[in-house]
Amino acid sequence: MANALTFPTREPHQAFRLSMLLNDSRYRSYTIQIFVLMCLMLGIAWLVDNTVRNLALLGKDFSFSFLWSTAGYDINQRLIEYDTQMTHGRAALVGLLNTVVLAVLSCVLATIIGVMAGVLRLSGNPIVARLTTVYVEVFRNIPLLLWILVFGAIMSEAVPAPNAFKGASATASMIFGAVAITNRGVFIPEPLFARDLGTLNLGIFQPSLNAVAVLVVVITCILVNRALMRHASRVQSQTGVRPVTWWTSAMILAAPPLLLLWAFGFHLGYPELRGFNFQGGLQLRNSLIAMWLGLSIYTGAFIAENVRAGILAISKGQTEAAYALGLRPGKTMRLVILPQALRVLVPPLISQYLNITKNTSLGLAVGYMDLRSTLGGITINQTGRELEGMLLLMLVYLSLSLIISGSMNVYNARVGLKER
Amino acid sequence: MSERNLAFVRGEMLPAREPPSGQTGLLKLLRESFFKDWLSALLTVTSLIVLIWIARSVSPWLIDSVWNANSLSECRQILGGAEGACFAVIRDRWTQLLFGFYPPTQYWRPVLAFVLMLIALAPILFPPVPRRLLWFSAAFPGLAYCLIWGGTLWLPFSAYAVFAVGAIVLGLATRLGSGVAIVLALASALAWWIFVSGSVTTVLTQLLPLALAPVTSREMGGFLLSIVIGVTGISLSLPLGIVLALGRRSKMPLVKTISVMFIEFIRGVPLITLLFTASLLLNYFLPPGTNFDLILRVIIMVTLFATAYMAEVIRGGLAALPRGQYEAAEALGLDYWKAQRLVIMPQALKISIPGIVNSFIGLFKDTTLVVFIGLLDPIALSNSIRATTAWQGIYWELFIFIGGLFFLFCFSMSRYSMHLERRLKTDQH
Repeated sequence: MANALTFPTREPHQAFRLSMLLNDSRYRSYTIQIFVLMCLMLGIAWLVDNTVRNLALLGKDFSFSFLWSTAGYDINQRLIEYDTQMTHGRAALVGLLNTVVLAVLSCVLATIIGVMAGVLRLSGNPIVARLTTVYVEVFRNIPLLLWILVFGAIMSEAVPAPNAFKGASATASMIFGAVAITNRGVFIPEPLFARDLGTLNLGIFQPSLNAVAVLVVVITCILVNRALMRHASRVQSQTGVRPVTWWTSAMILAAPPLLLLWAFGFHLGYPELRGFNFQGGLQLRNSLIAMWLGLSIYTGAFIAENVRAGILAISKGQTEAAYALGLRPGKTMRLVILPQALRVLVPPLISQYLNITKNTSLGLAVGYMDLRSTLGGITINQTGRELEGMLLLMLVYLSLSLIISGSMNVYNARVGLKER
Repeated sequence: MSERNLAFVRGEMLPAREPPSGQTGLLKLLRESFFKDWLSALLTVTSLIVLIWIARSVSPWLIDSVWNANSLSECRQILGGAEGACFAVIRDRWTQLLFGFYPPTQYWRPVLAFVLMLIALAPILFPPVPRRLLWFSAAFPGLAYCLIWGGTLWLPFSAYAVFAVGAIVLGLATRLGSGVAIVLALASALAWWIFVSGSVTTVLTQLLPLALAPVTSREMGGFLLSIVIGVTGISLSLPLGIVLALGRRSKMPLVKTISVMFIEFIRGVPLITLLFTASLLLNYFLPPGTNFDLILRVIIMVTLFATAYMAEVIRGGLAALPRGQYEAAEALGLDYWKAQRLVIMPQALKISIPGIVNSFIGLFKDTTLVVFIGLLDPIALSNSIRATTAWQGIYWELFIFIGGLFFLFCFSMSRYSMHLERRLKTDQH
């Protein structure tokens, strides 16, 4: 009968048994998760309970009010106004800015070194390739801390003292009469404005109005130039002829900032030897230089390996295909090779930036006053607030890392292979 | 007419002509590899200048080095104003850099432990070594603990007895179903550990007092400390990392969330803050009055740190496996753990070997950070040697010695990983 063929094959309904919680894959994951949740809750409760009891035993409370009390210690490198009468919170902010400055400087230098070394390691020239290999292997296999100490020792031991620059029998001289490398730091010229517009009061930050104005003009020029380029591309796609833009583009990019600088009376303030030390100019302290060089050259070795892998990952066929389409070498690089190489290269590069940011916390070794030395060092020692201070410190580093890795995820989503 | 003049056909090949004079020998080599274009020439010249400059500035310093002296001032006296290295400091203090303040009469113990470690590692690293040695590898951690820290030999024995008890119960209870058996085995092992093993250790110690002179953690330092922390961290972080990576790829939302949060937290903060947590904050988080060894706390923190990185490396390997492998394992009827053990992990781990070894190297280098919480690693010892009156102001010789040893360990690890990659390579191109 036809009915027999369409007989519904429904499973017989099983009554729920307790053993199914372990043996039936439909329920087992719930059992495991509830068990894990219970363990987690118990663990957290245990830790919190211990902490509360320990704090009570020590007679401490849990509060962040120490951030608003007077710090009383000096910080030798500050990007914003700070003196010993200001609060611990302010000191932590100064430290955070020092961390960020060091991280940005090191990321830039490490990228330059890493890209150069990565390209040179693939060069056909045996001497250059061997030398770069030695650089990469030596720096990758020796701890960063040791490198930072080595550069710190170079800056304090192997570099002339300021009074070696003095008099007729000077044993050291300034580079181009502008830069002095001494064991008290590196002195470089500083930008100065003859017509000072004063400062912009933003509460915490007080940036100079001149600098803000120059920055705004430069950004505007870049935006206008991009609009011009877009227009040129549109004309090209409609008519097939790209309008000549290089001189308008150069005018737009260079003229307004230069005019503005001239109007402000921009000049450089050179460091000069007065008494026992250099005066004027910008002083980059030894601790900053040691950290900067140590982090950049060490991380540069890792970046070199990433760059090498990125270049090797692009098959030769891509270049040949681009040539076959009639693209010139420059355009082949810009339109075909780079977009693909960057997709391979950028994620590890950003994770190196992440490492640099976290490794700035080694500043303590050479006395660099970063966030860890201010908030996580002197402040904790003075106030005895280890718990609050360390939690805050971890939170700040965690947010920095999450910002950087978040930007990586955005980038990955944009350039990732779109498979359909 | 064209038929009359027949085309000439050569009967035999002409001998090859000599290449033009610029295309042979040294000249060709020079032109093709060193002076191919102006950029290559510039690079060659620059690197030669750099090499010569380095050699000229470093070689007198190395050649005139002093190996026999008791202080830096004596060194300078011997050198008499010439520039030279004073490696006498290494000769004077190398035992301290290697062992810290470990009692000198007991140096044989860490050395023996190191040699035994090499023996224990041999069957794991090199397949031709007989498999039976793996039993020794399993026994090694307890043995090394005894050798390095001293104390009664029966303590690790009773710790191993816990595993034995668990295994025996597991064997007896398999008939009751695997889940029940595992729970029973865990419970009995725990019970043995809490109630029985302490008294067994005491009784055995009284019967047969096998013990070595105890050495406290404060006396340990130098490369001994680095290797203890590094090797323990490395050997614990791999299995824990595998578990965490599986947790992150789990289909259970809760397990996945916990794994992700743990990994991202650990990877987001610098190791140094975790070490400070170990030294400053652990007293807050543990029951009042608990106080355990600083080295153990550091090992725990370093292991947690390395585990998170390891989990990410292995997750990369798991993600790189084609989906077909998972489906094929399921089609064969393997359950989750069998599929992981027999099909997925062997391939995923093979893919992630470079990453795994890189994070091992990173972990070993990171052991130097313990200097910030007052442990005496080689860098801390170099600072304390520099603080003595005899060796005040000595930098480079110590840095060279420490850097050289670290380089030796890390470089051999990376070479081994290359060897392993070649050995495990199954797809021959």
